[in-house]
Amino acid sequence: MSTLISGARVLLECLSREGVEVIFGYPGGVTLPLYDAIYDNPIKHVLVRHEENAAFSAAGYARATGRVGVCCATSGPGATNLTTGLVDAMMDSIPIVALTGQVLSKLIGTDAFQEADTFGITRPCTKHNFLVKDIKDLAQTVHEAFHIASTGRPGPVLVDITKDVLMAMSHYTPVTEIHLPGYKVVTDGHAGQIRRAAQMMWESSRPYVYAGGGILASGATPELTELVDTLDAPAVCTLMGLGGLSSSHPNFVSMPGMHGSYAANMGMYECDLLIALGVRFDDRVTGRLAAFAPHAKVIHLDIDPAEISKIRTADLPIVGDAKKVLAKLNRNLKEMEAEMAPLHSEDRKAWWKQIRAWKEEHPLAPSFSTDEIKPQHLMYEIDKLSGGEAIVSVDVGQHQMWAAQFIRFNNPRTWICSGGLGSMGFGLPAAIGAQMAHPDQLVFAICGDGGFQMAIPELATLANQGLPVKVVVMNNGYLGMVRQWQDLFYNNRLSSVEICSFPNIEMLAGAYGIKGRIIRSPLELVPALKEMIAEPGPYVLDVRVTQFENVYPMVPAGGAINEMVLAPPQPVAVP
Amino acid sequence: MLMTISILMENKPGALMRVTGLISQRGYNIESLTVARTLDPMLSRMTITVDVDSRQRSQVIKQMNKLVNVLQASDLTESPAVLREMVLLRVRATMENRTAILKEAEIFAGRVVDSSVDGFAIEATGDPEKLEEFIAVMEAYGDIEVTRSGMVAVSLESKKLRLAPPVSKHHDEPVEAK
Repeated sequence: MSTLISGARVLLECLSREGVEVIFGYPGGVTLPLYDAIYDNPIKHVLVRHEENAAFSAAGYARATGRVGVCCATSGPGATNLTTGLVDAMMDSIPIVALTGQVLSKLIGTDAFQEADTFGITRPCTKHNFLVKDIKDLAQTVHEAFHIASTGRPGPVLVDITKDVLMAMSHYTPVTEIHLPGYKVVTDGHAGQIRRAAQMMWESSRPYVYAGGGILASGATPELTELVDTLDAPAVCTLMGLGGLSSSHPNFVSMPGMHGSYAANMGMYECDLLIALGVRFDDRVTGRLAAFAPHAKVIHLDIDPAEISKIRTADLPIVGDAKKVLAKLNRNLKEMEAEMAPLHSEDRKAWWKQIRAWKEEHPLAPSFSTDEIKPQHLMYEIDKLSGGEAIVSVDVGQHQMWAAQFIRFNNPRTWICSGGLGSMGFGLPAAIGAQMAHPDQLVFAICGDGGFQMAIPELATLANQGLPVKVVVMNNGYLGMVRQWQDLFYNNRLSSVEICSFPNIEMLAGAYGIKGRIIRSPLELVPALKEMIAEPGPYVLDVRVTQFENVYPMVPAGGAINEMVLAPPQPVAVP
Repeated sequence: MLMTISILMENKPGALMRVTGLISQRGYNIESLTVARTLDPMLSRMTITVDVDSRQRSQVIKQMNKLVNVLQASDLTESPAVLREMVLLRVRATMENRTAILKEAEIFAGRVVDSSVDGFAIEATGDPEKLEEFIAVMEAYGDIEVTRSGMVAVSLESKKLRLAPPVSKHHDEPVEAK
């Protein structure tokens, strides 16, 4: 018989059996038994400086690896602080397990110190959540949590554990079986539908691949690449799907949507077959629905049946895991190739000619200036120096869009971005998670001056862990994206968007023992980036860029994707 | 339109909250909801009527079926099903109209469950339209007080219950269902 161990140690045993290497967390009163057990446990604990960042770091780890990220917080404020990170992971289908402490079970409902209804609060923030009040349920529940987080459409799962359960003495009995009768995951895809999809693809004159986060979640990059090669179809990756198909692949057009390229959006508009793979027809991609891919039949592959025909009715739905389904689809395509490929080869040539013409007509070209650093120029140089191989974690706003437009991602899971929720303050803690997972890789955290200030406390975590994250602050002195909308849609009445009193980065970083530098001239840009990359430790580079630059192309909210605003309106000459 | 959903779910803490939370989260409005244990005490049966755009009906069902505690959610709106609701009603009666009230109640197959000098308490079951009429008729006799149970429904089609098989923990391969 095994020896009696505490609930906290049972929990850690479960985590180690799930392959957990690192927990991002913040201790507190009711998690004391857990932290006592962590003290001499091989699982590494990274002390963050705010629980929200624990969730973001766990998500950064998960996004960079595909494995379940783990975060931990105490009851009450610890748990409520996690919620933004949980919703963020929910929106982007990121597998994380959040562990929270809860007050003693006998105190639940008494408004005890640091009591909050974590189970109730996090219900809509998670794929599923649990409250454990009995040590007998602990191990089974923790393994169920990992199972739910990592299978099907991934997502965050929270396990709230009362302090008495963490303290209770028991044996760890290995869990051999997970039985969740209501948790049905369809992965294989309907063989007939897959065959029909292959047929439709060959029958199409203007096929267009629209690939999203589902490709990354299922690790389907090789299968997607094969499909694009076989069909020789142009392909776009959504904000969540960047890196799902290498940005250097000749068929990659770019990102579509509100700030997508002209060619990417025109392709969407003119295609006759939209091959939607692991996407959810987000409003930031589609613009006005009636004008979205109006001439196209839609093949929609997703592991979540509720996504199919939620926004756009699918002509051919396939429910399944992208990797499995695309592998079968590729076999079908190959079988039909000899017979069907010649059918529309002339149309296909014309289609490619058209796509290339759009690309040449309005390319995504960075702008340069000799007087000031253009934000696009900054992204262009980061791209040149990283060669599409770095991990880039971003915040939310203008810099995020420029990074998505100008930085290439040759590999999946190298673009770390809060897509659905758009959480400011995400970039730095997510980069910490990614760097923990890949200590030897070059990891950038590109932030705006707004989002960076939401994450400043994590500079302490960087210094503390000695993580060599390269923090680039694209500093335009404004909450740029909100300013852009005030400029375009609110008569340029700039209300509460100017960021005054931005700290001196050299002094700020220096206060944490981190190197920092401020640059203002385009001539300093490349040397400063090189110096930053050469630095073995963390580095914060404050790049003062053009203040009033707007992101283009732009599809105004609710506009049609073929009616992009391509450039700022020309100033009217005043006589 | 009003949509009737029948849900078979695990009788676990928070399961009801998940269903009702989902409905408000997705912007729908609950008209009525009833829930009770089934023969198997581990399971509950819930009947909900929801006001949704008719194009959203399949989306509602798909979202319900995604809940881990939900074993099966079915749309009974247009499928063969018996729908019933119960109303408990108190009506003030005078000595003059007592007999008339009892006669009306009889027409609606209502049953008197309490009688006093002030009036009657009557229970009636039926489909919602019939109960609406019953309530309207009773209102004509005097002050009434009404409690409605919300709809309960049973499907007349036998739908196969498909459940996820147990998954063995270490190989992640499905094992034979017991």
